[in-house]
Amino acid sequence: MAGIVSFGGYVPKRRLQRAAVFGAVGWHAPAIMMMAQGERSMCNWDEDTLTMAVAASRDCLTGADKNAVEGLYLASTSLPFADRQNAGIVAAALNLGDELTTADFTSAQKAGTTALIAALQAVAGGETKRLLVAAADQRRTKVGSFYELWFGDGGASLLVGDDDVIAEYLGSFSVSYDFVDHYREAGRLFDYTWEERWVRDEGYGKIIPEAIGGLLKKLSLQVGDVARFVYPCYFSSEHKKIARRLGMEKEQVANNLHKQLGETGTAHPLLMLAGVLEQAKPGEKIVVAGFGQGCDALCFEVTEKIADLPPRRGLSGSLADRVAEENYTKFLGFNDMLDTEEGIRAEAPNQTAMTALWRHRKELLGLVGGKCTECGTPQFPKTKVCVNPKCNAFHSQEDYEFADRGAKIKSYTGDMLSVSIEPPAIYGLVQFEGGGRMIADFTDCELHKLKVGQPVRMSFRKRYHDAQRGFTGYFWKAVPQQEGGK
Amino acid sequence: MAKGIRDKVAILGMGCTKFGERWDCDAEDLVIEAFEECIDDAGVEKNDIEAAWFGTFLPEISVGKSAIPLTQALRLPRIPVTRVENYCATGTEAFRGACYAVAAGVYDICLALGVEKLKDTGYGGLPNFGANAGSFTWLWWPNLTAPGAFAQLASGYAAKYGVSETDLKTAMAHVSVKSHANGALNPKAHLRKPITVDQALMAPPVAHPLGLFDCCGVSDGAACAIVTTPEIAKKMGKHDLISVKALQLSLSNGEEMGFDDWDYDRFVTTERAARAAYEEAGITKPREQLSMMEVHDCFSITELVTMEDLLVSERGTAWKDVLDGFFNLDGGLPCQVDGGLKTFGHPIGASGLRMLYEMYLQLLGRAGERQLKNPQIGLTHNLGGFPFLNVAAVAIVGRYGQ
Repeated sequence: MAGIVSFGGYVPKRRLQRAAVFGAVGWHAPAIMMMAQGERSMCNWDEDTLTMAVAASRDCLTGADKNAVEGLYLASTSLPFADRQNAGIVAAALNLGDELTTADFTSAQKAGTTALIAALQAVAGGETKRLLVAAADQRRTKVGSFYELWFGDGGASLLVGDDDVIAEYLGSFSVSYDFVDHYREAGRLFDYTWEERWVRDEGYGKIIPEAIGGLLKKLSLQVGDVARFVYPCYFSSEHKKIARRLGMEKEQVANNLHKQLGETGTAHPLLMLAGVLEQAKPGEKIVVAGFGQGCDALCFEVTEKIADLPPRRGLSGSLADRVAEENYTKFLGFNDMLDTEEGIRAEAPNQTAMTALWRHRKELLGLVGGKCTECGTPQFPKTKVCVNPKCNAFHSQEDYEFADRGAKIKSYTGDMLSVSIEPPAIYGLVQFEGGGRMIADFTDCELHKLKVGQPVRMSFRKRYHDAQRGFTGYFWKAVPQQEGGK
Repeated sequence: MAKGIRDKVAILGMGCTKFGERWDCDAEDLVIEAFEECIDDAGVEKNDIEAAWFGTFLPEISVGKSAIPLTQALRLPRIPVTRVENYCATGTEAFRGACYAVAAGVYDICLALGVEKLKDTGYGGLPNFGANAGSFTWLWWPNLTAPGAFAQLASGYAAKYGVSETDLKTAMAHVSVKSHANGALNPKAHLRKPITVDQALMAPPVAHPLGLFDCCGVSDGAACAIVTTPEIAKKMGKHDLISVKALQLSLSNGEEMGFDDWDYDRFVTTERAARAAYEEAGITKPREQLSMMEVHDCFSITELVTMEDLLVSERGTAWKDVLDGFFNLDGGLPCQVDGGLKTFGHPIGASGLRMLYEMYLQLLGRAGERQLKNPQIGLTHNLGGFPFLNVAAVAIVGRYGQ
C-alpha cells in the first residue's frame, strides 16, 4: 500500500502585519488597503527556501527512520540555485546518506503536488519504498503589490512509503494548461502578472474544479464521500466559491491560511494538508489539489496508523510560534531590497573554496561531527586527533550527528560591531547533551531574554551571501528556546 | 637540564613611539621613531646590531610580508632578520627571539621591534578577516569580532561565580577608570582623558555587556628593545641593569572550544604560562612579590579574569580586588601603570614591547608622574586570539641579580 507515512511543516516565526505594509506604502498603492488585514509569514534574513525545506523535513522525520529514505524530491519556484541541485543540499543537511535519488521540481506553483504524485507513483510501482517530498517557497514580490500581501513564506514535507502508511494513496488526476496567470523569465526576480479578475474566474475558478471533479469521477467518489478538500486560492471569496461550485459543505474545506500566513507557493497545498492530517481520523478521505499551469488533484484515505505517529511541531506548532513584525522596512531589508549602509567592514573577502566545502560537506551541511571510538567523546568538528586531553587518540573518530541533540547556552553576547543584517549579531558557546560543544551563531531570539543554561535547538540557516559570485553559504545556528516552549 | 632565561639577558635600551591615530605616518616612520629613541638609550651603533626579530600581525595593511620592511626602513647592513607573528603576543615573540639568540650565545647584540599600522583600514576595530580566517574555519565560525569573543567571558564568569550582572559591570567600569587615570599621566598614550565610572557604565554598547569604555582603542605604534648579555652590558659601563627573568608562552589546542570542561570564565593558557614564568623567575607568591603588571586589557573583562589566571586574585574574587582598588596606581599591585591597551590602543605587533617599555622605565625610575616607589620586578602579559582559542605570553623583568 502506497501512501503518506509522515508529515511536517515549517513557517518562519516572524509575521509581517499587513497593516504595516499599507502604513508604509499605502501612499503609493492605496488599493492594497483591501488586503491589509491579518498577517503573512516572512523569512528571517538567514532563512530561505532551502532552510525552510530542511526545517519542515526535520519535523516530518520526527520519530522516523531516516536511513530508510531512498530519495528526496524538492519542489519550489524560489530555489536559490538555478544550476546546483537544491534537493541535494537539503538531503545533505538532513544527512540522509549518499545512496539517494534527488530531484528538484520547479517552474510551476503545482510543483509540490506534482512531486508528491511522482513520489507516490514510484512507491506504488515498487521501485522504491521511502521517498521524502519537501516543498518550500519564499516568493519575491514587488513593493506595494497585492502579491506582497497575498504570499507568505513556508515549507512542508511528506514522507511517502509502502508501509506504516497513515494516509493511503487512492489516486490522482491532473490537467496541464499553459495558463499564464503569471510568469517569470529565467534570471528575473519578480513575476509578471495578468489581471487578477481573469486569473480568479478563468484560472482558479475553472481549473481547480475541473481537476477535483475529474479525480472524483475517476475514483467513483461523490463530494460527500470526502471529509476534507485541500486546495489553495489566495482569493478568499473564490476559495469559498470553488467549494460551492463543487457542492462542498463549509466544514469540508480546509482553511487557505490567508489570515495567518498567506500563500506559501508550491508548499501551500502540502502545508494545508499537513494541517488537516494533524486532525484527521481513520477512514476519512482527503482530496488535495495544487494549482499552477493546470492542476493536480490527489486522494488519500486516512488509516488507523495515524494514531501511532509521534507528536511533532507541525503546522499548528508553527502557527503558535509567532512574533508580530510591525516594521515593513525589516521585510525589505531581509529580502535584500534596501540598500543599507553596511560599512567597509562588510567588504571582507567571502569566496567559498569549493574544495573545502566538499571536504567538509558533512560538517557544514549536516552538522556531523566526530565521536572518538576510544574514549567516546563527541566533538565538533571531527578531526584526526581526539580533543579529549586524556585520550588524544589519532584517527579514532566516527561520524556523530549533532543537529537533533539538545544543547544549552554556556556563554553569549550581542555584538554591535560585527556585520549583521539585524544587529546585534548574537552568538555564543553551546554545550550539547551527551558531550560536544561549539561556538555558534544564535538566531530567532532577543538578546535581553538570553541566559546561561538556557536550552537551544539547532537550525539549518544561511550563513552568508557572496553577492559578487552569487553564492549562498549555509550552516547551523542555535535557536534559544523559551521556558515551556517546544 | 635547561634552566630558563633568568638573568641571562639584559635590556640595553628601549624605545616607544607616541601611540595614536598617526595619520601622517607609514609603519616605517613609526619603526624609525621607536628605533631612534632605543639606539640612543642603548648607547650602541646601528651596525653593532647583529640580528633582529620583527613583529607585525597585519602586514597586509601596512608593510607587507617578510622582515625586509625592517631592514629596508633602517637600512640594516644585511643582517639576519626574522619576521614573527603570533596574534597579540607578536611583540613579545619578537623580544623572545632576540633574547634567546643572546642567551644562546649566538649573537652579542640583538634588536626586537614590533610595529602595527591599524589606521589604514578605513573603519574602526580590527579588520574583518572573512574567508582569510581559514578556508574551513570561516565557513562555520560565527562572524565574530574581538569584542564579541571576549564579551562572553562576562556571561561565563557571572554564571560560574554567581556574580550579579550589575556588580560585574561595575567592576569592569572600575578597570577602565583606573587605566584611563594612568593613561592621563602618560604623554605617549593615545587616550589621555580620565573617565568616571558613570561614563563607563553609560557608554553605548559594543558587544553585550561591553560598552565603549570596556574596549581598548585601535591605534598605530611601534616599540623596540636592544638586548645583550649582562656581562657585555657591564663591560659597556652600564649599571642598574634590567634583566629578563622569565619568558613563557602557552597556546590553546582547541580543547576549550571543543571539549566539555571549560566554562568561558578564564584563560587556561594564561595560567599555564604564568605558572611556568613564576617558576622560571623564582617567584612563589606573585601577589606579594610582583611590583607591577602590564596585562592584556584588550577589554575590561579580559583584564579582570586575567588577574585570576595570573594567580594574583583567587578564583571568583578578582572583581572584588578591582573594586577595592588593589590594582590602582596606589594599590597593592598596580596594573596597567602606563594606561594599558585601554589608553594606548593596540597596535598588535607593538603592544608586548610597549608593555616591557613601561616596566623598563619604572625599574629605572624614568616613569615621570606615574613613577612607582622603588619597583623591583614587573610582569607583562599578552593574550592573542579568542578566549576559546588563543596564545598567551608572560614576561617578567626586574633588577639584575635580585
